[in-house]
Amino acid sequence: MHKKSKLARSGSVWGMSMVAPTIIGLLILNIIPFFQTIYMSFSQSKAFGAYEFCGLDNYIEMFQTPEFWKATWNSVYFCILTVPIGVFLSLIVAVLLNAKIKGKTVFRAIYFLPMVVAPAAVAMVWKWIFNTEYGIINTLLGMNVRWLTDSNVVLVTCSVVAIWSAIGYDAVLLLAGIQNISKSLYEAADLDGASKIKQFFHITLPMVSPTLFVVLIMRLMASLKVYDLIYMMVDQNNPALTSAQSLMYLFYRESFIAGNKGYASAIVIWTVLLIGIVTIVQFIGQKKWVNYEV
Amino acid sequence: MKNNLSTNRKMTMALTYAVLIAGSITMIFPFAWMFLTSFKTQAESMAIPPQIFPANWNFDNFAKALESLPFWNLYLNTLLLILFRVICAVVFSSMAGYAFAKLEFPCKNLVFALVLMQMMLPSQIFIIPQYQMLADMGMTNSIFALVFPGLVSAFGTFFLRQAYLGLPDELAEAAYLDGCTKWQTFTKVLLPLTKSSIAALAIFTAVFAYADLMWPLICNTDLNMMTLSAGLSTLNGQYTTNFPVLMAGSLLAMIPMVILYLLFQKQFIEGIAMTGGK
Repeated sequence: MHKKSKLARSGSVWGMSMVAPTIIGLLILNIIPFFQTIYMSFSQSKAFGAYEFCGLDNYIEMFQTPEFWKATWNSVYFCILTVPIGVFLSLIVAVLLNAKIKGKTVFRAIYFLPMVVAPAAVAMVWKWIFNTEYGIINTLLGMNVRWLTDSNVVLVTCSVVAIWSAIGYDAVLLLAGIQNISKSLYEAADLDGASKIKQFFHITLPMVSPTLFVVLIMRLMASLKVYDLIYMMVDQNNPALTSAQSLMYLFYRESFIAGNKGYASAIVIWTVLLIGIVTIVQFIGQKKWVNYEV
Repeated sequence: MKNNLSTNRKMTMALTYAVLIAGSITMIFPFAWMFLTSFKTQAESMAIPPQIFPANWNFDNFAKALESLPFWNLYLNTLLLILFRVICAVVFSSMAGYAFAKLEFPCKNLVFALVLMQMMLPSQIFIIPQYQMLADMGMTNSIFALVFPGLVSAFGTFFLRQAYLGLPDELAEAAYLDGCTKWQTFTKVLLPLTKSSIAALAIFTAVFAYADLMWPLICNTDLNMMTLSAGLSTLNGQYTTNFPVLMAGSLLAMIPMVILYLLFQKQFIEGIAMTGGK
């Protein structure tokens, strides 16, 4: 047993009063609302904020709606498009930033910049760059791709912006992981004449894999609940809306625009389950590739 | 052989710089384009082939953006939102983080499980009941409404608990024996030692409060009570084709944060890396 100090034992009132604000806040703001949302997903919203229990109706309706399945696919597809490429590019940036180069802090600051700019402002300029008639990409290349209104392209366009936004953040996390790798490993490899590429695959990659796993999980969770970027890039009159609409976007429209709060609650519960399943799969899969030995 | 190796090394270095610079250009280009467009006339912005620089550097678009959105209110609302969220997160999380790390009280583990549970659930799952509470209180369209879901921070509690776990028990013990009150051992002895974690939490909270979009859009529908992000999204609907005005508006919305970032670049990056690497 760990022996607790005299101060620690000196009164549970003191301890409880220190956590009281946080716990009361969490209960009111999060814990009770969590159960309310679960209850609401089994109810129908009536006039004057009343709810009536309706069993699985919301879920049955949801599973029969193509728009819902499309939104689920869009969220998953968005993950497929952004997570592997985004994390891979971040890893490259992190490895390059770890080299003995001049102006390291300047590069780091530049890559990190999108993180401190509100997604609303970021989306605005990308919408302009990807504008069909006058956007710089189409006018410069003489193309006429409908980047944001073609239902086959729109989510790819959003993914480009998402990757661009997240690269610096992920690279900084990975860089911290890489900097923790002992220099002696590389020195030994240099003596043995191993090439830089070999060193990357045999030293850097296994040693940074725990950090890589954290970044991957974080990015997956964030991508599955993407909302603000797509909301700003694809407005509600956009003909390609259903091809870009993520689960959280659908949730926002159902709950706060259409007012179907019961149905919307079912959507958010579904999203939480989806995130949970993906996370569990990742945690099982990690045993195959994450190296926790130092 | 040696010569060969050094040319090889030079090549690697050249390639490293080339990739990093190409990447940097990609990162900066949208901001540069935003800046240049915000000074152009609408006709200039739509010229084909594209015109890179505006003929005249005038501020008409900024004037128009300032006219169509109550920018001073948006700045003030965003500032107050950030300020209150940061104060709440730092004060309450320091207290709770300290208690979870260093004190004993009944049901400690159960209560801490609540903290972990909140951290793992996406914020959208709380949003409808939170909005209803706010509406029942008649508090929509207020600064309080903006701050409301961030009054306490589960993540902050978790994060600062880590900081307090890293401090030795003897420290508080010694101060207590020397005649400090319990409150003083906390505020005068332990709290100052978590300064760098507090700074990281403050920066993290500020950046996310500023970026948040869904909650501000829902709770404050009055344009005068919106945040910069939410206000910007309404400008989006107003000027669908006048991109110079949209760019001027976006630039106005991002400038305060970017200036802070450029001044405290190191603290920003390290703070966010520290909170992210949990």
